[in-house]
Amino acid sequence: MQQLTNRSKVVSDKKMTFLEKIYLPAIVKGMAITLKHFFRKKSTISYPEQTRPFSEIYRGQHVLKRDDLGRERCTACGLCAVACPAEAITMISAERKPGEENLYREEKYASTYEINMLRCIFCGDCEEACPKEAIFLTDRIVASEYKRDPFVYGKDILVEPLDPNKRIDVSKRQTESVLKFKQNKRFAHNK
Amino acid sequence: MVFLFYFLSAIMVISALLVVFSKSPINNVIYLIICFIAMAGHYILLNAQFLAVVHIIVYTGAIMVLFLFVIMLLNLNKAIIPQKSAAARILAVVTGGLFFLVLIAATRQTFVITPRYAFTSEIGLVANVGKTLFHEFLLPFEISSVLFISAMVGAVMFGKRDHSVGDD
Amino acid sequence: MDWTLYIYKTIFLFIILLVTLVVAMYSTYGERKVAAFMQDRRGPNRAGPFGLLQPLADGVKMFMKEEIIPLSANRVLFILGPSIAMTTALLTGVVIPWGGNLTIGGREFSMQIADLNIGILYVFAMVSIGVYGIMIGGWASNNKYALYGSIRAASQMISYELAMGMAIVALVITTGSLSLHEIVQQQHGMHWNVFYQPLGFLLFLTCAFAETNRAPFDLPECETELVGGYHTEYSSMKLGFYLFAEYINMFISSAVIATVYFGGYNMPFIDQLGLSPNALTLLGTAFFFMKIFFFIFLFMWVRWTLPRFRYDQLMNLGWKGLIPLAMFNIVATGVYYYFFELT
Repeated sequence: MQQLTNRSKVVSDKKMTFLEKIYLPAIVKGMAITLKHFFRKKSTISYPEQTRPFSEIYRGQHVLKRDDLGRERCTACGLCAVACPAEAITMISAERKPGEENLYREEKYASTYEINMLRCIFCGDCEEACPKEAIFLTDRIVASEYKRDPFVYGKDILVEPLDPNKRIDVSKRQTESVLKFKQNKRFAHNK
Repeated sequence: MVFLFYFLSAIMVISALLVVFSKSPINNVIYLIICFIAMAGHYILLNAQFLAVVHIIVYTGAIMVLFLFVIMLLNLNKAIIPQKSAAARILAVVTGGLFFLVLIAATRQTFVITPRYAFTSEIGLVANVGKTLFHEFLLPFEISSVLFISAMVGAVMFGKRDHSVGDD
Repeated sequence: MDWTLYIYKTIFLFIILLVTLVVAMYSTYGERKVAAFMQDRRGPNRAGPFGLLQPLADGVKMFMKEEIIPLSANRVLFILGPSIAMTTALLTGVVIPWGGNLTIGGREFSMQIADLNIGILYVFAMVSIGVYGIMIGGWASNNKYALYGSIRAASQMISYELAMGMAIVALVITTGSLSLHEIVQQQHGMHWNVFYQPLGFLLFLTCAFAETNRAPFDLPECETELVGGYHTEYSSMKLGFYLFAEYINMFISSAVIATVYFGGYNMPFIDQLGLSPNALTLLGTAFFFMKIFFFIFLFMWVRWTLPRFRYDQLMNLGWKGLIPLAMFNIVATGVYYYFFELT
């Protein structure tokens, strides 16, 4: 059989030689290995004080972005819900009334938008599917709860705050290649 | 010292009686262990430290462990302990009593209480015991060790798988 | 009546008791640290600086836990089990010579509670009584895993006690004494017994691992097969007693190994230092404890390196490996002393 790595060893139950029978050389060898590890750099960190850096494209809790004027970008097209392999996203669309132009960017908006965080597998397909750059996954971690119900996140949690200083930064996810991809002619309406 | 003697004796007698009278076999063994430890205490009172410690190692630490071992593995349901009839019990008491009488009669006649050596406080120390064993009582000592060897060989023979019956 | 001696012995007894308990306490901490370090982890470091208060936290936790005695257990024996384990573990420290002589107010006091002339046999006696703690506790739990654990413990300890005793017999041929005090004094000036009895030392060490139920011989409590082994049904401080007794046993066996094979409180080049006798004694004691700590570390080192033996391998090693080797060792030592030393 073709071996993928050269680390595998063929196991046999042949009779042990005298040196193997008295165990001692093997014991000493093993103990040398553990002693080597004793003085090695620790591979764990003291968690609450130190944290490991997140990857730039870490996929955590979602955010629904607003545009520069503070209007919700989401237009309730439902592409994210279609793309979602876990069927975690539901929404109800509504029509923008006159006088709400400063709240919603397009004439159609999502009156409710819910993501079930227990179903979500954080694949990022919603983000990929979104034509309006409205939904992004961020490096925030979904908080733990005692019950199931709070895990269904509504707009109150998902939409980013209005205050410009408290906006969620997703520029990390808009890397060059992503932006280039989105500048494709086919997504020209996306600007 | 006298107080200790009576104290240990009381423990010994009481635990020995409990060995006979208590119902549960596990308790019997534990009382016997207590009895043995008290006996080791008596040896120490006689300054026979070696004997005391060997007594604890061999009897308390090895033989009684095996007793306990076997009793633990027995299924101790009340149903399987055979109920003897009244006649059998009376017979047992009479036989036991007779044997006891014979023992008393025999010991009254045969024991001459003049010790071979005068008692000194050094007599039980390991050096003296060793010298006596390996000089004066060398032959009985070695013969008893041969006895143990034969017992061991016998145990090995019993434990050996019988290959002539069939390979498994 | 020599009251000063009595008072000294009483105080010294309490000191030894305290030291034993503290060392055992910090062995639990050391065990976790050593385990962590060997697995590239950090180990306990939350309670106090470097996690040094961890043993106290563990102790408090143990005391606060609910005390459970199973309904079908034998109550008296269930409590007797851990008591015996703890008592016998603590009793052994009495015969170990912790140091030379101290001179206080013109009088010499020995740093040993009882210099029995059968000291080493006394250690064996206590160890052999210690089996009862495990056996009785395991049986009284009325649980099959506990019973299996205690049966394994008993058979293992009896088997390895034989080889251990034989290793010591060979040693006694060289020392000519069973008193631990004398054995230590004979090893003065780097005449450590380990150089004269290397095979005996290895046998003794292996058996010490088995006697203390430590890995790779920790079959009586192997989690993967027997849940917790003999202490499956135990909770709260009674469980604590069992675990603690194991660490005390480890400390005592380390002390016995250091005493018997590694010169006890003897230090190399101690005569050249030119210190006062009291300082020398204390220095020797400190060195003795360093040896003990090394052996405790060795116990842990082995535990976190070697996998557990299978039961038949254990019995094979004991009866077909160690006992014949120990017999050979006795004969070889005897022959050597008959022809070369005692003429």
